[in-house]
Amino acid sequence: MIPFLFYMAAAIALVSTVLALTRSNAAHALIYLIISLLAVAVVFFLLGAPFAAALEIVIYAGAIMVLFVFVIMMLNLGEEGDQRERGWLEPGVWIVPAILAAALMIETVAVISMTEGMTSGEMVSAKAVGIKLFGPYVLAVEIASMLLLAGLVGAYHVGRRLSERRRGGIS
Amino acid sequence: MSVGATIVFSLVLLLAIVGGAAVLTWFERRLLGIWQDRYGPNRLGPFGILQVLADMLKLLTKHDWVPPFSDKVVFIFAPTAIVVAMMLGFAVVPFSPELYILDINIGLLFFLGMTSLAVYSVLLGGLASNNKYALLGGLRSAAQMVSYEVFMGLSLMGVVMLTGSFSLRDIVEAQRDGWYCIPQALGLYVFIIAGIAESHRLPFDLPEAEHELTAGFHTEYGGMKFTMFMLGEYCGLILLSCMITTLFFGGWLGPVLPPIVWFCLKTFFFICFFILLRAAIPRPRYDQLMSLGWKVMLPLTLINLVATGAIALWMQGA
Repeated sequence: MIPFLFYMAAAIALVSTVLALTRSNAAHALIYLIISLLAVAVVFFLLGAPFAAALEIVIYAGAIMVLFVFVIMMLNLGEEGDQRERGWLEPGVWIVPAILAAALMIETVAVISMTEGMTSGEMVSAKAVGIKLFGPYVLAVEIASMLLLAGLVGAYHVGRRLSERRRGGIS
Repeated sequence: MSVGATIVFSLVLLLAIVGGAAVLTWFERRLLGIWQDRYGPNRLGPFGILQVLADMLKLLTKHDWVPPFSDKVVFIFAPTAIVVAMMLGFAVVPFSPELYILDINIGLLFFLGMTSLAVYSVLLGGLASNNKYALLGGLRSAAQMVSYEVFMGLSLMGVVMLTGSFSLRDIVEAQRDGWYCIPQALGLYVFIIAGIAESHRLPFDLPEAEHELTAGFHTEYGGMKFTMFMLGEYCGLILLSCMITTLFFGGWLGPVLPPIVWFCLKTFFFICFFILLRAAIPRPRYDQLMSLGWKVMLPLTLINLVATGAIALWMQGA
């Protein structure tokens, strides 16, 4: 039962990702991308990482993709945008990415066939993830937090109106 | 529970929620009527309860119109998303020690994930309608819900810290010595407000504010598809009340009466509380809502988070 569910979720993820790449309507492409993320969350869950699966849904599907849809709504491109996108998606543009992706796939298959038993199948609890994050990987967490703070300060600076910035005496 | 019993219970629960949401439409109007010193719908059947049936007939027999200028597939898909997400959210709610569908160790995160997926319904509905008012309503809801999701998640982390688990059954069991509504009063306060904003009910129904956006994201919707939006909203209200009961008011715990009765009573109390809020508080302006979120709610949750962490550590050391 579990292998069947796994392959089904994996197939959904693959198909929806391909559809997300090839849609000319940005909103439709985003919906396929959201479905793909949900399918990946199911894959995580089946591999024994329920915490990663939950974060995938809450953060990626629930927050980041909402912001993507938000931007699409703000731009409100409509039919015009679809046509421009269709112009960009000519068959010719797929050649180089296809070659690169094929090379990457051969490499991945080679790596998978060399190692045995990719996952232990054990459940990784939220506590285990936390201990790892604030144990061996604490440096990565700190660097990520600094990066996010820099992003926040930058967004605040851009978000303030130009006149306010002049009055504030910043450059 | 065995697999068969779980399936039967899921079906019963599904019917109970849909039925509850339908009755709630009438109950809300009656209760609002009492609080506003008028009658409300009291003509059809005893206390006017058959009004639910009449409304249902009206909605079912309406012309199911899809605007020709809309993005048709997305337009039809959008209202289903909120209902499906909210129904799935009920899977992790523990109604009594034996009555639950799913007890996974990420139960709380599952609930948060489902509520965040419900946002798409409003967003895609607004986008697919291809209408200015709908688009503005969708935009507002996107900003409102993404912001309030942050505080909603953070406000619950105090509860998780005190319990040491994301499992909702563990959280209820940990409240045998005292409900979390007292040590986590700040968390409860933020969760209630964020919950109303998340389910975009009055007073935070700015995505559909009819005084300025006709009807916001569901301007173009009618008949069954409009009903789905409303069903999702009422399911969200019930789910929110269930979660407040579970997380802050001891779930099924209580003396004398059987656990399920306690759970239903507490949930019912919070549903009435939310209806009272609707009757009592006027709608804020959109910028007031957003600045309340980021300038009051966020600092409050952070203070709660740090203080709870410190006390939890201190208790552990002692």
